[in-house]
Amino acid sequence: MRWYIGRRLLQVIPVFLGATLLLYALVFLRPGDPVAALGGDRGLPESVQNAIRAQFHLDEPFLVQYFYFLKGIFTFDFGQTFAGRQVAEVIAGAFPVTVQLALMALVIEAVFGIGFGLYSGMRKGGIFDSTVLILSLVIIAVPVFVIGFVMQIFVGVQWGLLPITAGRDPDFESLLMPAIVLASTSFAYVLRLTRTSVQENLSADYVRTARAKGLSRGAVTGRHVLRNSLIPVVTYLGADLGALMAGAIVTESIFNIHGVGGTLYEAINKGENTLVVSLTTLLVLVYIVGNLLVDLLYAALDPRIRYA
Amino acid sequence: MPEHIDTTAGTATPRPRTPRPGQQHFAASVDEGLGAVDAVDTTSAPAGFWREAWRGMRRRPLFWVSTAIILAVVVVAIAPQLFTPHQPRVCDLGNALASSSPSHIFGTDRQGCDVYTRMLFGARASVVVGVLTTTLVVIVGVLIGAAAGYYGGWWDTVLSRFTDIVFAIPLVLAAIVIMSLASTRTALTVALVLASFGWPNIARITRGTVMSVKHNEFVTAARSLGMGRGAILWRHVLPNAAAPIIVYATVALGTFIVAEATLSFLGIGLPSSTVSWGGDISQARGALRTDPQVLLYPSAALGFTVLGFILMGDVVRDALDPKARKR
Repeated sequence: MRWYIGRRLLQVIPVFLGATLLLYALVFLRPGDPVAALGGDRGLPESVQNAIRAQFHLDEPFLVQYFYFLKGIFTFDFGQTFAGRQVAEVIAGAFPVTVQLALMALVIEAVFGIGFGLYSGMRKGGIFDSTVLILSLVIIAVPVFVIGFVMQIFVGVQWGLLPITAGRDPDFESLLMPAIVLASTSFAYVLRLTRTSVQENLSADYVRTARAKGLSRGAVTGRHVLRNSLIPVVTYLGADLGALMAGAIVTESIFNIHGVGGTLYEAINKGENTLVVSLTTLLVLVYIVGNLLVDLLYAALDPRIRYA
Repeated sequence: MPEHIDTTAGTATPRPRTPRPGQQHFAASVDEGLGAVDAVDTTSAPAGFWREAWRGMRRRPLFWVSTAIILAVVVVAIAPQLFTPHQPRVCDLGNALASSSPSHIFGTDRQGCDVYTRMLFGARASVVVGVLTTTLVVIVGVLIGAAAGYYGGWWDTVLSRFTDIVFAIPLVLAAIVIMSLASTRTALTVALVLASFGWPNIARITRGTVMSVKHNEFVTAARSLGMGRGAILWRHVLPNAAAPIIVYATVALGTFIVAEATLSFLGIGLPSSTVSWGGDISQARGALRTDPQVLLYPSAALGFTVLGFILMGDVVRDALDPKARKR
């Protein structure tokens, strides 16, 4: 087990380096000169352009640039944007909202996905089960932004239950609708996963044993069926946090939230390469750490899994 | 298709509970004497894995529902002009945001274009991107996964790490970054970008099944008969590892269609000169409250198409997955 953890931790290093190098190359090796574009139509004097290039190490070979970038990440010095703002400052302004949004979505999909999935799995073939199953398919098939629009029209405008957009410094209430929208697709997956898993475990031998020895229905469900059914669900949820944060780009654009998505989008359009790479690197890092935690959790949760 | 696919196909298939005619000689019941073996029905060959799956599939109503949806979408994508008298880009600004009428059954959008006609013509972009991306993903994923799983050793180490690296970058994030930097935007570039970050899943699936198939007896048999490694991989290993790849590819087609729509919605997918559902949904933003039809129809078309592929994936999985068939 200890060997497994060590090996799994070591694996993260090449994956992180490779993924950041790939992203860095994609952003920085594209045609066009961001420095020349800085001055707009009038252009900057050659000497100023060269000074900027030297400041951002743009005059050095690509791999050296990447090395500077990596060094910056490990010393928490992300550098400056071309416009002169500290990248770390921009990140500190953008990340909290997106993290809050993603965590709220995670809680929503976990609570409702597992709850509905458990109920549905215990009553296989019933009206509730069939309805929920069809509904989950529809949610998966309809894109997030359509769900967002529909919720804005009905929940926001027609019924007036929740604010339609979030804007700057959003509170819990105004983030609720975006979080529900962001959670919708994953909610459907969690539901289906829990349902299948519960059904499988219901016919397992240990559940029959638990019933035979006279355990109450609630105890069998809670202590045996649910706990064993949660293993695949928990792993899905862990991997989903990173996906939620990356997927928040669409949700943030619908609800006008100034989080990572909005900032990233702006940075891409302005050609702020350093900011683009820093933001995507952090998102990738969350994604990698999420997957890592899942693998470790998996080993801890399921003693049947033995790692050599 | 090689004969031995029968019962050892894919992931160690347990035999179905109720044997079909021609398979019954495998299980003689206890009270039958020795002579019972003589009663084997040899008139029909044992049903192959794929024929077995097909038999299970065509009995499901859902199979026919999803087939109908997919066929309808494909026909509309090939020849949308057959179903409408209007042109998607010939619009009448004076008649913008009209509600439904005999000549415009779903009404018109903000540019005065016929919503019904644009819904039909939007199918092509989605289907082309979906099919193209899935084809590319299957080719790349199967090549990399099969090489890693079959050759093992250094091949496996290098290819698996590379797969891990690409897997660590979320698909939508990568697509957004690359597409906003792209100078040309066509169905082909969208498909290429989605495919270049969408293949790791299929590579992992292929690697896993190839590794479990390659130790089967028929592979050893083929090798001892002097068959080359490449020929064994192509003729024996891959056909037997195909089931999970097909299942994943069917569902993935739906998700790639959603991804394309998402990019077009953000304005970085297909250009606005191409009629696409994502683009039309994005255009509908401004007229949501007063004229929901502009949002409703392209969304519904997109949802139905994706639903068709997801349902098909479900049905195919039930038919090909021995564990599910037991139930």
